[in-house]
Amino acid sequence: MLAELAGALRAMNVKVARTLDEACERLAENPEAEVLAGGTDFMVEVNYRHRSPKAVVAISAVREIAGWRLENESGGAGGMGADAGRYGTLWIGANMTYTEMATPAFEGLLPSLTQAARTVGSPQIRNAGTIGGNLGTASPAGDTLPVLAALDAEVLLRSADGSRELALSDFITGPKQTALQQGEIITGVRVPLVAPTDASNDIGRGEFLKVGTRNAMVISVAGLALIARHDIQRVCVGLGSVAAVPVRPTEAEEWISPRLDWQQRSLLDPVDVETFGEMVAQAASPIDDHRSTAVYRRHAVGVMAKRALVRTFGSN
Amino acid sequence: MSEHYQLRVNGESRPVNDAWLGESLLYVLRERLGLAGTKNACEQGECGSCSVLIDDVLVCSCLVLAASAMDREISTVESLAPDGDLSDVQRAFVEAGAVQCGFCTPGLIMAVHDLLDQKPSPSDLEVREAISGNLCRCTGYVRIFDAVQRVAAEREE
Amino acid sequence: MSQTLTPPRTQAPRVGTSAPRPDGVPKVRGMFAFSSDLWADGMLWGQTLRSPHTRANIRSIDISAALATPGVAAVLLHDDVPGRKIFGLEHPDQPVLAKDEVRYQGEPVAIVAADHPETARKAADAIVVDYEPLTPVCDAEEAITADLLHPDGNIFRSLTIRRGDQAATGEIVIEGTYEVGMQDQAFMGVESGMAMPCEDEGVELYISTQWLHADQQQIAASLDLPDDKVRLTLAGVGGAFGAREDVSLQIHLCMLALYTRRPVKMVYNREESFYGHVHRHPAKIWLRHHATARGEIVKIEGRLLLDGGAYASTSSAVIANATCFANGPYKTPSCEIEGIVVRTNNLPCGAMRGFGAVQACFAHETQMDKLAAAVGCDPVEIRLRNAIAPGDTIITGQEITGTAPVRELIESLSRHPLPPPRQDGGGRQDGGDRQGRQDGRGRAGRQDRQDEGDSASQHTSMADPGGAGRTADRSRIRRGVGYGVGVKNLMFSEGFDDYSTASCLLEGDVATIKCACAEVGQGFVTLSQQIAREVLGVEEVVLAPIDTQIGSAGSSSASRQSWMSGGAVMRACEEVRAKLLAKVAVEHGFAQDDAEDLLECADGRVRSKDGLLDMSLEEAVGDENIFVELEYRHTPTFPLDENGQGNAHVAFIYAAHRATVDVDLDLGLIRVVEVATTQDVGKVLNPLQAYGQIEGGIAQGVGLAVMEEMLLTDGQVRNASFTDYLIPTALDMPEIAIVELIEQPEPGAPFGAKGIGEPPAVSSLPAVAAAVRDATGLDLPRVPIRPQDIALAAEKL
Repeated sequence: MLAELAGALRAMNVKVARTLDEACERLAENPEAEVLAGGTDFMVEVNYRHRSPKAVVAISAVREIAGWRLENESGGAGGMGADAGRYGTLWIGANMTYTEMATPAFEGLLPSLTQAARTVGSPQIRNAGTIGGNLGTASPAGDTLPVLAALDAEVLLRSADGSRELALSDFITGPKQTALQQGEIITGVRVPLVAPTDASNDIGRGEFLKVGTRNAMVISVAGLALIARHDIQRVCVGLGSVAAVPVRPTEAEEWISPRLDWQQRSLLDPVDVETFGEMVAQAASPIDDHRSTAVYRRHAVGVMAKRALVRTFGSN
Repeated sequence: MSEHYQLRVNGESRPVNDAWLGESLLYVLRERLGLAGTKNACEQGECGSCSVLIDDVLVCSCLVLAASAMDREISTVESLAPDGDLSDVQRAFVEAGAVQCGFCTPGLIMAVHDLLDQKPSPSDLEVREAISGNLCRCTGYVRIFDAVQRVAAEREE
Repeated sequence: MSQTLTPPRTQAPRVGTSAPRPDGVPKVRGMFAFSSDLWADGMLWGQTLRSPHTRANIRSIDISAALATPGVAAVLLHDDVPGRKIFGLEHPDQPVLAKDEVRYQGEPVAIVAADHPETARKAADAIVVDYEPLTPVCDAEEAITADLLHPDGNIFRSLTIRRGDQAATGEIVIEGTYEVGMQDQAFMGVESGMAMPCEDEGVELYISTQWLHADQQQIAASLDLPDDKVRLTLAGVGGAFGAREDVSLQIHLCMLALYTRRPVKMVYNREESFYGHVHRHPAKIWLRHHATARGEIVKIEGRLLLDGGAYASTSSAVIANATCFANGPYKTPSCEIEGIVVRTNNLPCGAMRGFGAVQACFAHETQMDKLAAAVGCDPVEIRLRNAIAPGDTIITGQEITGTAPVRELIESLSRHPLPPPRQDGGGRQDGGDRQGRQDGRGRAGRQDRQDEGDSASQHTSMADPGGAGRTADRSRIRRGVGYGVGVKNLMFSEGFDDYSTASCLLEGDVATIKCACAEVGQGFVTLSQQIAREVLGVEEVVLAPIDTQIGSAGSSSASRQSWMSGGAVMRACEEVRAKLLAKVAVEHGFAQDDAEDLLECADGRVRSKDGLLDMSLEEAVGDENIFVELEYRHTPTFPLDENGQGNAHVAFIYAAHRATVDVDLDLGLIRVVEVATTQDVGKVLNPLQAYGQIEGGIAQGVGLAVMEEMLLTDGQVRNASFTDYLIPTALDMPEIAIVELIEQPEPGAPFGAKGIGEPPAVSSLPAVAAAVRDATGLDLPRVPIRPQDIALAAEKL
């Protein structure tokens, strides 16, 4: 009976890789093998039979792609403005979990991503799910994606044939669709470190807001990241769950950025704030589904855009 | 042919034989290793009933591919207290009236142990956030909050 | 009793104490065997193939590929049902397995048994069903006049309650149409069980259910076996709330076990569970209240339309309840209220906590608030002016002969202080005369402490509307307060022969209680031990297995088991005590007829009240074990006549709720801050368990108010998962203030206690909805209230 079962259900083939090379080799050897990261999306599909893996390469034990580090740090070198701040880039390993993104040290660098991570699922999900997995799944509702979109993140890929980097907008090609090729592994993302450490500048670094119909453990109905790019003095916004892929409302960004005081918090012109919200809302192309309506989603990203802007730049 | 592997569960090495590739850790614990204390209520990480610790990290065992947990230390509700005894959290759940049907209880107890190990005196909101991934349909959580604070107070003493 | 009162920690085990659950320790250790935890040597796994179509003809079914799948032991279809091919709790109309037509998405078509669950699923996939899709009828109104969806017709029941002066009217006329979405019970333990074939050609079934004997009868009929060949044992039940009153996988499991001659286990997954049980009826309710200028109700007209889905289940009882209580706990001299429940091609609906009273309460309480506004008084005052009282007559012509402390409930609740206002001032009201809000003082430190834990944010807290999403702008949060008062009948109505069976065996100083009352989490196991201790004075009470080796206990539903099975256990223990005391009296020269006056059982001893005789129970019982088994019935009820008049109900229970909410006006997100409640209980039998029932019931009312709804489009379910069918998490649960449990012993009830499980889920819902209306000024005639209902409407405010 068990032999029949094994025959019917295919042989098991799970490789727990310890190094990237090992993982890439295994993927190259077996074109049917699928990459397993934190499992929080993958296993739901397996449990509900939307995915029937024939071979798996588990990468969560690959240390090379754990954690984060600062790269190319330079005092003010990337800055276009007057801030004598610290800029550079931040490398985030694909295996970094949402819980790890919520640690204080990381929050100090990229608070918007911390905020996004804290809205993901439950503590258990945040302990297992990874940023690499969020990218790989590429759900329109992926919570870190608006932040990564706003930051023009580079997605780092590796295969047995070598490495490549793709802009997020090139990597996510549709709802749950990516440019990831067979044999490739997401190794991490690289984002600009955008904030000054200059204590005199009290403008916020960025915000992430998410609407769901429950106060915790809820899929995004609409999400918004707003990043104050001090290095280029531009407000960068990423929208989630309001289109097939993360959206950048570039017109709104370009319109509002020069109207803001980049040195200190100030009283914002309510008309400017309102206009900004409307422009962001117009950039969305949401749909009706079982979680909400298109009209509400558009409305919600407008409201969140205004609130995020005021939180970041406004004074009382 | 199917593969065989070993899991480290509650301090013991446990062989898993003739497994199907897609089996979750939850399934293997319950149906192959006879550890039915870990409960199956949604299989999509939305209820917390199947919470276990893997290398001291609280996760939903339904979202762990069992074979990928080789070489890791898995702890289930069965490991919390020796036979005939209860952990402080288990005892508090009984005394506080935090148990009704009891289906969510093992997962919640794992989550509360994890919380109190990390934050010995959590605020009300911290308790709520920490167990927000553990759904309970019977109690409205009120007696569960009480149980957590009882243990926190006891441990402070 | 306030929320700050710590429940008694005493372990004293008698009635009225917070005796601990006997199953508490195994449950916290993970050692309690739920129905999904069973395992047997050589067991097979069952799987159900369900219709993907809302409505379709079945042209053919080809099972050859499924049968050829290695590891598959059985594939069974409609024609394989040995006996009655349909089942149903009140009216059998649902095929065990579909034959020529499927009438809802998820209707079972075939069942499979195999040696691994994945093999069984693959085999089910391999069954080829040729469907001819038909146009479904998914609108309840349309179903009334549509072509018949079933030979038994499209109307499960319609009734009219007509009373008093039909021409009566008043200075004030208020009307509205209200809608309630389909709620799921969402118990945590999905449907599961194990069937084992027996050598006598019978079958044993280990199952989670609310009513073993109703299952037994339906299974036996479909297996064409006598009842005694179908033996059921209750396995651990992971919650019920009405969803386990009907048969789901019971017959399927037994068929597979008998066919394969092997144990068969079946466990639904969460998605299947949404298709596998009945739900709370979606409702559309129109009410028109006629009242005097002071707001005293003169007459109510109404029409309630419930969508019963594809099969009957308990629809006919649900509509009777909804209609009987459509006026709420208020004096109503005249009425004409029509109730209709229809068949559609939506998921079948049936029992859920509150059973028709929930939908009615949402409508009548919203009407009461409108009436208050029209009169110009506050919501508390309008309810007091109309509150029903003992001796009054309800709209079915039945006099309230028991307790009805409605006025006391409302007054006690309204005296309780409101929660402190938002400390950031975000809850400031923007004018308007809103119901007597107090300037409460901040509670010590708690709010501060909450915010400490939320280091990520200086702008917003997880305790704000939007929670973890951090969306709130505190200047755009408005606080609102709302009230709800509800009524529900206890036990089965309309002439149903409602009884429970229990036995008590006294061996030495140990009592063994047996009763088939399904323990679903409510704590009857605790209560039955308490009762035995109370009556017999024993310490040790053994609970015999809950199975069909004794007569029926009826269903663990309708707030009936404390009264019915509690009554059966009490009577059985009383008769045992009487026999014991009579024996002792004879043996020690007391007059046998006066034994109960002269002697008592307490603290493990039998004593004479004059103190001359004092012996241990063990000694008193001696070698002659005492055994009593009996049936317990409540006072008879009667059918409703053609005008909906009659003494159809046994007793009534009441509760009042006050909700305080914070609402983000722009995003429409709601945080329920507090629900305060007072409840009529008769007598508290176990305070800790009573609190647990009340808090848990409120959670379900809050859920239906702000998030819970099964979404169907053309009968296709769009959110059959815990990802998209949302129930409250710990961060959604409000503070609960149990302000007072009013103890007025109910005549005729064992210990004077009323069943308390349902009212918390009845009037908490309208209280939350009213609070959101108070905060927003919007009508909000539908629950659950969705963010867009507020945000898009509030834009125009």
